[in-house]
Amino acid sequence: MSRVRADEEEYWHSSKFRAFTFDDEDDELSQLKESKRTVNSLRDIVDDDDDDLERVSWSGEPVGSISWSIKETASGSTSSLDGRDSSLQKGSSSYAALPKQGSSYSLSSLFKGRNKLSSFQSLSDALSDTGVKSYAPELRRPRAEYKDYSSDWSPKDTVRRMQRGKVCSLERFRSLQDKLVLLDEAVAGHDGNVITAVLIFLKRTLRREILFRELEVRQVALCHLIHFLREMGEQKFLLDLLRFLDRTEEVALSQYREHLNIQDVEKRREFLKGCIGLPFSAEDTSHIQDHYTLLERQIIIEANDRHLEMAGQSELFRKYPRKASILNMPLVTTLFYSCFYHYTEAEGMFSSPTNLKKTFKIPDKQYVLTALAARAKLRAWGDVDALLTTKNWLGYTKKKAPIGFHRVVEILQRNNAPVQVLQEYVRLVEDVDTRLNLATKYKCHDVVIETYRDLKDRIQLTAYKDKVERGSAEEEKIHSILSN
Amino acid sequence: QAIVWDEYLTGPFGLIAQYSLLKEHEVEKMFTLKPGRLPPADVKNIIFFVRPKLELMDIITDNVVREDRGRSPQRDFHILFVPRRSLLCEQWLKEQGVLGSFIHREQYSLDLIPFDGDLLSMESESAFKECYLESDQTSLYHAAKGLMTLQALYGTIPQIFGKGDCARHVANMMIRMKREFPGSQNSIFPVFDTLLLLDRNVDLLTPLATQLTYEGLIDEIYGIQNTYVKLPPEKFAPKKQGEGGKDLPTEPKKLQLNSAEELYAEIRDKNFNAVGSVLSKKAKIISAAFEERHHAKTVGEIKQFVSQLPHMQAARSSLANHTSIAELIKDITTSEDFFDNLTVEQEFMSGIDTDKVNNYIEDCIAQKHPLIKILRLVCLQSVCNSGLKQKVLDHYKREILQTYGYEHILTLNNLEKAGLLKPQTGGRNNYPTIRKTLRLWMDDVNEQNPNDISYVYSGYAPLSVRLAQLLARPGWRSIEEVLKMLPGPHFEERQQLPTGLQKKRQHGENRVTLVFFLGGVTYAEIAALRFLSQMEDGGTEYIIATTKLINGTTWIKSLMEKLEPAPF
Repeated sequence: MSRVRADEEEYWHSSKFRAFTFDDEDDELSQLKESKRTVNSLRDIVDDDDDDLERVSWSGEPVGSISWSIKETASGSTSSLDGRDSSLQKGSSSYAALPKQGSSYSLSSLFKGRNKLSSFQSLSDALSDTGVKSYAPELRRPRAEYKDYSSDWSPKDTVRRMQRGKVCSLERFRSLQDKLVLLDEAVAGHDGNVITAVLIFLKRTLRREILFRELEVRQVALCHLIHFLREMGEQKFLLDLLRFLDRTEEVALSQYREHLNIQDVEKRREFLKGCIGLPFSAEDTSHIQDHYTLLERQIIIEANDRHLEMAGQSELFRKYPRKASILNMPLVTTLFYSCFYHYTEAEGMFSSPTNLKKTFKIPDKQYVLTALAARAKLRAWGDVDALLTTKNWLGYTKKKAPIGFHRVVEILQRNNAPVQVLQEYVRLVEDVDTRLNLATKYKCHDVVIETYRDLKDRIQLTAYKDKVERGSAEEEKIHSILSN
Repeated sequence: QAIVWDEYLTGPFGLIAQYSLLKEHEVEKMFTLKPGRLPPADVKNIIFFVRPKLELMDIITDNVVREDRGRSPQRDFHILFVPRRSLLCEQWLKEQGVLGSFIHREQYSLDLIPFDGDLLSMESESAFKECYLESDQTSLYHAAKGLMTLQALYGTIPQIFGKGDCARHVANMMIRMKREFPGSQNSIFPVFDTLLLLDRNVDLLTPLATQLTYEGLIDEIYGIQNTYVKLPPEKFAPKKQGEGGKDLPTEPKKLQLNSAEELYAEIRDKNFNAVGSVLSKKAKIISAAFEERHHAKTVGEIKQFVSQLPHMQAARSSLANHTSIAELIKDITTSEDFFDNLTVEQEFMSGIDTDKVNNYIEDCIAQKHPLIKILRLVCLQSVCNSGLKQKVLDHYKREILQTYGYEHILTLNNLEKAGLLKPQTGGRNNYPTIRKTLRLWMDDVNEQNPNDISYVYSGYAPLSVRLAQLLARPGWRSIEEVLKMLPGPHFEERQQLPTGLQKKRQHGENRVTLVFFLGGVTYAEIAALRFLSQMEDGGTEYIIATTKLINGTTWIKSLMEKLEPAPF
């Protein structure tokens, strides 16, 4: 393909040249050809627009029509292939927008590919020559006039100009075919800025169904349009597009995202309610449902508690005023809040922790952790004890911590639990090393002493004597163990 | 004239132009972009220097709308987009009805900014997101353009290797650009022998792990921005006598970090565990040097000592700074949580227990550690297991949503789209094969005197850098199978050089490879490449380019859904 193109190029430059000389094989000629080629390639860069006159080829077909372009293709030069091709065409038309010129182009190029410099060619040269002579002066004038307008850039050139940050009018791309060629060029250039610009133009000038249909087979452009719509907040258009494409999950997520822009909680709740039926994945559906339910609860709790707080009747709210509203907080935060302010409420109440636990299927571990933190913060050690106590079917009680007792100790310690409370749980830490570690760290002397006793570690026990107060009960205890 | 700056840009611009230079060009005032009325300034022209971002357009709109039309002289507005003019933004301004207010709308093409002698970055923070989430290849177009510029300056690069879809795109664009501008064929002797283009998504693992080099840790903990770091001031308090009673400084201490500082150049790429000994050695040398003054007897000796003084002073303050930074970092690296976190990371990377719910991650969620930390760990586990079992994934998701809020479902979705967090498909876990073939996990790591790149993560050898290393020797043909397991195509292209420019290599002369990370690179990876450059028998020197300098935190952040509504 490129060889053919190069040949053609040669033909055009040579033909233009020969239009003035009529000479055939000259050695100097080839040199001049060379410089001519350079000059011509410059034209690529210099503005070269021409008039809006309809160009008609020899056969009477308007240039650019389908039959013309077929001929073009047949002659081995597709206009969309390379910038040089299109500039060539332009070069030809600006020099002589003549029927003869147009036809000679395709005819001779047909031959050009096979046998070099046939006589036919020089005939067409002669024909075009007259054209140049008589028409060129008039044609050059408008070119200068139109210099600042971008009236006749090929899609390729248009895209390239836009890539350089120049403004181009796209209005001249009227037919669907032209617009799509333009879009494909833009996509081939990979410059999102240009792709978006073309898309804005297409969006404005094409019917939705057509735009959607064409974008479906142009994934890159499609992504850019989706991004554009999202950025511009054209939600409705976006949803229409995603629906057309059957990308239902994206539709759902995209719609759900909208809730972030709704400040009013009542409206937000209503909106979330509407989201529940959207085609999310099964897993996500349950999350969205939970999101809605949570906000619904929060609205109820907030109304109640604000009232309570204002009334000043509740001691709890007086002693620990709320730092912020509970609205739009995560579930675990809500659970903490509920364990803090509404711990003892019956399960039937929306604000009760057990109700939340049930409604949202909060795992045991998570629940214990949160409740523990809340009750410890209130220094309600009795509640802590109850929380960790389970009864078996015989009525025996047993301490159980799904999070592990070392974590219980950490949480209690962080809330400045007294040693008596702390050591009860340190004692329950199963791993001996961890137990010793924690007990030493938090000065639960009894636990340390008992552990060493069970380990029958006299050396450590003796050493530990220095860590307890002189004359204290602990010292006494160590002594009695050591002497036994 | 006055310049209104998009604050983000002041960093990169600071690297290429000083205020004095702008002043020479009659810039009288500079403001940072913020909503409200523009501050008064007796200037005719107001120029906005902005990134093409819609939220910034809103601020500009606000500025322009509030401008007092009655004032005289009336001010003219101009807008300068960096790095590219954006028609999307202009469209937005048009819809706000202020586009007409701008007399000039231009662009300042800023493709690759030099960060150090061997490091270039486009500082395009959203490049990864755009490429992998939005299929927007604009940043790749800029990368290709930047590479063309680089070739115009340093000669055509004869060999191009690449791995990944984005790499393929960039190579295609380069070839196309070259064809379209035949004039770009230059006669400069090529500096680079090879260009290696690597997609970030070929190696999603590395940025998720905590970097353990000195520079990497500074970045992980305090964040390095455009070579500057802001540090808590306490450790930098002046320790001079008589100032004991003074209040501690409250402003963060700002330091520039680059290889121009001798000491920093020496320690930046070391494993943090090897930094302490260097610092103490340096301290001894410097104090010995200061001791010299007692031995200086003759006038000549004293003169010589004095002439060395400025250099010594600089070395001393540099040493003081880095000792303080090292102390700050040590406080963190010796903390229990840092250790636990690292242990889990290393377990995942060496392939231990990647297929079940991890206790430590659960604990972190329960204690509401920062969400980004959780996401880094969960993503790391997912990547090290070629995706999580559906049950495990669902469990993590539920815990995260319940603890941090349901709206994060959007972020989780983004991570899934980017391939960072996903269900395992087909029940196959390729990671062990990849790990073994590329020797990503080294048990016997030497942090003090490393013999392998794995020292930068104390055991884990960054996959991306391993690919670069294996490309140089023995070549990618040896790892064909593993390359196929990693996403995207791998390829090789050659660019013809005129015969006169073809290099005739001297014996023992190093090859120079430019490694371009599309989607970001971490400091630890840079350190690993520098280590390879310095290897005695390495034979290859590396220059690094990237779309953005990242760490796990900034990277994940760029993928998170913005949850707060715009400031207005």
